Amino acid sequence: MLSFALIVVAGFFFTGIIIRTKSIASGRKGPGIFQPIKDVIRLFRKGSVYSRTTSVIFQIAPTIYFASVIMAIVVVPFGQSKGVISFNGDFIFFAYVLALGKFFNIISAMDTGSSFEGMGASREALYSMFAEPAFFILIGSLALLTGFTSFYEIFSALHVGSYISYAITVLATFVLVMIAMIENSRMPIDDPKTHLELTMIHEVMILDNSGFDFGLILTAGYLKFALYGALIVNLFIGIVRYEYAIPMFFIIQFAMAVAIGLIESFTARFRMSHNAQFIVALTSVSLLIFFGVLLILGKFI
Amino acid sequence: MIFIYTFLATPILAILLLPLFKEKGRGFLFSLVVIIQAIITSYFSIQTLMGQVFEVILPGSLITGPIPIRADALSGWFMLIINLVFITGGIYGIHYLKAYKEKRNSIILHGISFILMHSSLLSLCVIQNGLVFLIAWEIMALSSFITVIFESEKQAVIKSGINYFIQSHVAIVFLTLGFIWVALNTGSYDFKDIIVFTENSGNAESMVLFICFFIGFSLKAGFVPFHTWLPYAHPAAPAHISGIMSGVLIKIGIFGILRMATVIKTDYLTIGYMILAIAVVSSLYGVMLAIVQHNLKRLLAYHSIENIGIIGIGISIGCIGLGNGNIFLSALGFAGALLHTLNHALFKSLLFYTAGTIYQATHTLNVEHLGGLIKKMPKTALLFLVAAIAICGIPPFNGFISEFVIYSGLYHWINNALLVSLVIIIFTILALVMVGGLALLCFTKAFGIVFLGSPRQKINNEVKEAPFFQLLPLYIIAAFILFIGLFPKLFLSLLVKPVGLLSGNEFLTILTFEGKAVQALQPIGWAAMGLIVLVVLILFLRRFAQRKQNIGVESTWGCGYIAPTSKQQYTAGSFVKSYSKFFGGILMFHQKEKEIQGIFPSEGHYESHSYDKIEKWIIDKPIAAYKNFMGKFLFLHNGNLQNYILYGIVFIVLVICIPLFYEKFVAFIQFFKQL
Repeated sequence: MLSFALIVVAGFFFTGIIIRTKSIASGRKGPGIFQPIKDVIRLFRKGSVYSRTTSVIFQIAPTIYFASVIMAIVVVPFGQSKGVISFNGDFIFFAYVLALGKFFNIISAMDTGSSFEGMGASREALYSMFAEPAFFILIGSLALLTGFTSFYEIFSALHVGSYISYAITVLATFVLVMIAMIENSRMPIDDPKTHLELTMIHEVMILDNSGFDFGLILTAGYLKFALYGALIVNLFIGIVRYEYAIPMFFIIQFAMAVAIGLIESFTARFRMSHNAQFIVALTSVSLLIFFGVLLILGKFI
Repeated sequence: MIFIYTFLATPILAILLLPLFKEKGRGFLFSLVVIIQAIITSYFSIQTLMGQVFEVILPGSLITGPIPIRADALSGWFMLIINLVFITGGIYGIHYLKAYKEKRNSIILHGISFILMHSSLLSLCVIQNGLVFLIAWEIMALSSFITVIFESEKQAVIKSGINYFIQSHVAIVFLTLGFIWVALNTGSYDFKDIIVFTENSGNAESMVLFICFFIGFSLKAGFVPFHTWLPYAHPAAPAHISGIMSGVLIKIGIFGILRMATVIKTDYLTIGYMILAIAVVSSLYGVMLAIVQHNLKRLLAYHSIENIGIIGIGISIGCIGLGNGNIFLSALGFAGALLHTLNHALFKSLLFYTAGTIYQATHTLNVEHLGGLIKKMPKTALLFLVAAIAICGIPPFNGFISEFVIYSGLYHWINNALLVSLVIIIFTILALVMVGGLALLCFTKAFGIVFLGSPRQKINNEVKEAPFFQLLPLYIIAAFILFIGLFPKLFLSLLVKPVGLLSGNEFLTILTFEGKAVQALQPIGWAAMGLIVLVVLILFLRRFAQRKQNIGVESTWGCGYIAPTSKQQYTAGSFVKSYSKFFGGILMFHQKEKEIQGIFPSEGHYESHSYDKIEKWIIDKPIAAYKNFMGKFLFLHNGNLQNYILYGIVFIVLVICIPLFYEKFVAFIQFFKQL
């Protein structure tokens, strides 16, 4: 329960911090940290416009997307406290329930019959397929290292000891940050601030959403960031006591948000045709983690 | 005993009576027979799942020897799946065939073959005499061939049907070889003697025997590279037959492999790794080719190959667990395989039935011609969506459960493995995840293009929803799909006995499953329910928030362009364009292009068809080489009657003379030896 509450709180300010970092980096004052939340609250109170081409799928898809993110948050633990639901193999559920949201996002984009949204849908489907193996191999390696198969047990048994395990933690953090960037359609895969529909991925898929539905999609995006932030936090806190762990949670989330803001300020988006290669490269980084774990366990003779 | 005779007599009686009835009576008699057969066998199947084993030994004849009929938990599980799919498929089929009223004779023949196919499939599960098994197998192969070529006036149908016919007989060759080999050594066709034979013979010999059976059964199951008949036969058959073929007919191959794994005692570890390699390749190759298909049924056929691969991964984990003596691992593997067999039978038959409904409404299966069907056929769209989500292995439906069990097996194995197996495991996980992602790409394409957007081409007839009674069996299947997703533990407890049989531990109880990896199934059920409740809750909230707001309707935002046409929509080809570029090395396309030329261009067109690279190398090239070789003897085939008579005489003379010459020849050799 604790993790759920913390992730929701972190979700409140995460995107705000990214935007603020970006504006400071580019020499602007920028909006307040809570501006994204204010936007969403405003959207929740607005009416909507639906396209004539759309069907019931378009109406329910944002709801299912939002629900899938909530269900994913439910299984994430926080250090010594379990998630709301915890079972062996819950990370499989985590990945697949997020896939449900993606499925509906994609078909709702197809529902509008727009060529731009179809393009975004096609890209999203392809890239998320490439990102998933990295996650599964990462968690698989951690499962091998600790001998457990649920988020809670893996993270609470994760002790940082030797040099190799430091390297593994660093690599794991890198992989999780990159997965978070891909899943949330940020740089260097996708640029949320681009103004040309042809170069968008996520933004172009939700061109036709408005009002309450749009608010749900945005909120789900904020929560998703905090969700992956929480996974990264879990890599480090292990058996730390709550009075230190909770401040650490917010510090790491803050650091991650600033880092993402900085990455977005100082890198350019990849060429669309290079994205796939980049994401596949991520899988090989997670394979590196796997071989690191084999080294630690002395499986190489 | 009486049940066996009833079981045998019912189809024979029905076949004799079926032609005598009018249309309504025929439909009634037909469903009656299917249901009687289903009730008889299900009654025993349910008891076998509780742990009972039935054994009847029929006297048989001089040639076959005694015919043992044994129903154990494994046959029980498969018989229940067969019955479920045949009942729903039969009811759907009666409505489906109403569109072909004028083809009275074909329909009667079709009904007869349908009944024969049902009965032969059921009996294959229990017959344990090699020779009789082959006879039943042949009946199954022939009757399914006849059901496939229902629309035999179309040339493509006949061609695919004959392709299927030949390949299923190649399978029979391998099975016959296997059974005769055992019979030569033991003098009996009883399956129990295979156990005795393989326990006493060398490891290499039983391994070759297993591979022989494996090839035979894989040809039916559709493992790569034995899959090439599948993408032709499924689209050619009427929808209910495609559903049944994909749902249960190819599963009889899986049943055969599992049965052989129980009776052939050999090095399970080697077998496990062998099946694992084939299964991983099948699942990846199947889904990769599925994505680029534009014929909806062909797409689904390639997905069958993928799912057979996933089942194969489960079987191989089970075999490796057996080889390692890790009972829990083998239980997880076999449970995943058996559960996925049921799940695939459910969602794949549902997908084929909905594809059939689409075909009847629009008269096309080319996804590029469809679009926006959800507005005209909302119920079909909903059913297709449920099955599509289930086949991607996404909660809250059943596909997730079986994939979860297989994943659990892999992650359980990871903690008990050495270096080489660890690398194998990690690449299997990689493959399984890729398969999931690719399936998502494929089914968002299929659903998005067929049902969403606006129609891509004008359809000449009126598109309307199928009648309720045609959709009724589909609702039943969809209910099962959701039910397994919500109450997975119930189905796992049904699997205790079959899995115990396969993992060679008859005392396996539900307690084994209470082990760490599978106690998760209860919370998964809760999480799935939680997901549904959450969705409903948010939908209410949304309605509440929107109740006072203005809801406008406009045309889709065209980025400033105000006259969009339906031709500007994304097509299936463009949706997977970046994918097919990325995997270009594995895929293969035939392209036809006529470029627009000149100042006043007349016409131009572009066509692309995907083709199967493995089919090209394994089927097409050898056949071409064979034809080339045989072509050299074409001069014999000159259309001259006199010559043909001469050939006949030469043949007869040779047949008579060879034994005579043989003795002379032997004497000649003897003479040389003496020298």
